[in-house]
Amino acid sequence: MSASSRERRLWWLIFLVSGLFLLWRAVLPGGPGMARMYVKPAVVEGEGAAGEWVAARPNEPGALISPARTIGVWVAALLTLAIFSFLYKDNPAYRLAEAVMVGVSAAYFMVAGFWDGLVPKLFVPLSRMQWGTGADVGRSLLTLTPLVLGGMLLWRLLPKGGWIARWPLAFIVGTYAGIRLLSFLEADFVSQIRNTIVPLLVRNPDGLGFDLWASVRNGLMLGGVLSCLAYFFFSLDHRGAYGRVARVGVWYLMITFGASFAFTVMGRIALLAARLEFLFDDWLWLIDPLGKRPPPGA
Amino acid sequence: MRWLQTIDRRWIFLAMLLAVALPQLLQVRVPEKPTPLVLNVFRKIEELPEGSRVLISFDYSPSSDGELAPMAAALVRHCCEKRHRMLLLTLWPDGKPMVERAISRIIQGEYASLGLQPGRDFVNLGYKPGKEVVIKTIATSLRAEFPTDDGGTPLDDLPLTAELTNLQDLDLLISISAGFPGLKEWVQYAASPLNLPLAVGATAVQAPQAYPYIPRQLLGILAAVKGAAEYEVALGEQYPHLATPQKQDAVRRMAPQLSAHLLIILLIVLGNVAALAPRGTGGRS
Repeated sequence: MSASSRERRLWWLIFLVSGLFLLWRAVLPGGPGMARMYVKPAVVEGEGAAGEWVAARPNEPGALISPARTIGVWVAALLTLAIFSFLYKDNPAYRLAEAVMVGVSAAYFMVAGFWDGLVPKLFVPLSRMQWGTGADVGRSLLTLTPLVLGGMLLWRLLPKGGWIARWPLAFIVGTYAGIRLLSFLEADFVSQIRNTIVPLLVRNPDGLGFDLWASVRNGLMLGGVLSCLAYFFFSLDHRGAYGRVARVGVWYLMITFGASFAFTVMGRIALLAARLEFLFDDWLWLIDPLGKRPPPGA
Repeated sequence: MRWLQTIDRRWIFLAMLLAVALPQLLQVRVPEKPTPLVLNVFRKIEELPEGSRVLISFDYSPSSDGELAPMAAALVRHCCEKRHRMLLLTLWPDGKPMVERAISRIIQGEYASLGLQPGRDFVNLGYKPGKEVVIKTIATSLRAEFPTDDGGTPLDDLPLTAELTNLQDLDLLISISAGFPGLKEWVQYAASPLNLPLAVGATAVQAPQAYPYIPRQLLGILAAVKGAAEYEVALGEQYPHLATPQKQDAVRRMAPQLSAHLLIILLIVLGNVAALAPRGTGGRS
């Protein structure tokens, strides 16, 4: 038997066992159940308030199975597994999930941009303008200028006159550079220099003696800043004593990169843990850390 | 060692899956101890007088929810315990559901018995496009960007915001951030120029960017799920009814972190051993 044939058989076996396991949990009478979402009517105060449904425990009075939320859990679980399947190798399920993700995100951002951007910032002010009366000229200009600039920006989609789009683009770049420059100078340059000006011998709060660890910390920070600056100063050859200081700067940089990488690993594991918790809790009902369901046999 | 040099990386993926899944299935818990950077944030919220005005910006999307939702929940719970009044907003278009969930599950769910009222005890300002420009604008005029709350009620008609002019009228700013715009922009456009107290919760990827701002430009940092776990422990020590597994999502997720990190350390050691081992006849050492 060839390796690919053996692999195919193995996958069929895994799918079969998984399918039987899901069938037992989800459908068969006496099974523990899985993925069912329950809702109950929300208690809404105030006359005329629309009735909403909120998540409920299965044994709560008035709790009903929500087909929409149950399907949502199944879709979310299957899409999660489809994305994970890429770790084995590229496959149609992964590509389908990826396409769904891209499509849904694009649609969401487009709708959010329309309702939260264009409508309140452009259409509403335009609809409130008193055309031809001369009232609120300043406000009219504030509304019409972005409209005109937006139109010019879209001009590049036309076959001719694409250069017109460069004017609003220049405006965006110039404005953005101005805003960012000032904030960077204040928060990331001047303030960062000030943060580095620290006492190398830190006195205890009672004024008697010195705080050893605070002094060491400040010394390490100052040493790190100076040695890293030395490494990035290329007008002097990195030789002799200066080269050794620059070498210390390299060590500081390596430690920083290592810490950043370790942080990144921690972040990715946190996301994996959250996703697995969803699969084990909401979908398969293998665990119940939040106490959402009555204990088995209750 | 030859098998180690040629191992299929999918075995490593499988080992990682087991390292994260097993502690979850076995419901293992590991002890956590709050560190000074987390305690700085905790003490600031704790020491503010009851009814202080706190702005919480949910600057993240569902893709970072697994990391940031626990700390967002812990911070909102703490504000509810202290009866602080909250302004909730997001600078990310897909951050709106995060704000709405915090309101429905925590403010109006877990703390329903307090009878916290929208408009009086909290205001949902919703999402506003413009990224850092929004922060820069509300630093001087809240109404220039938010004439109404998310439901369309003018800010002048809401007891909490009627007297508010700009960010300088607030007692504390909190940014729960996954990137741009996020903690860096809150430092650059609000905390630094206006000298406002700012605390941040950050994803693990973004946390290293925040450390240089300590202590003058930032009060403290909740760095990733570890920071959130420490905050939950501090909260549980002060308010014992919050020291339950149901209210400690981040603490629950630290056991998978521990086992996964141990696995990574083991893999690094094995990888180095494999790299240094002789590669057989004709191979280099």
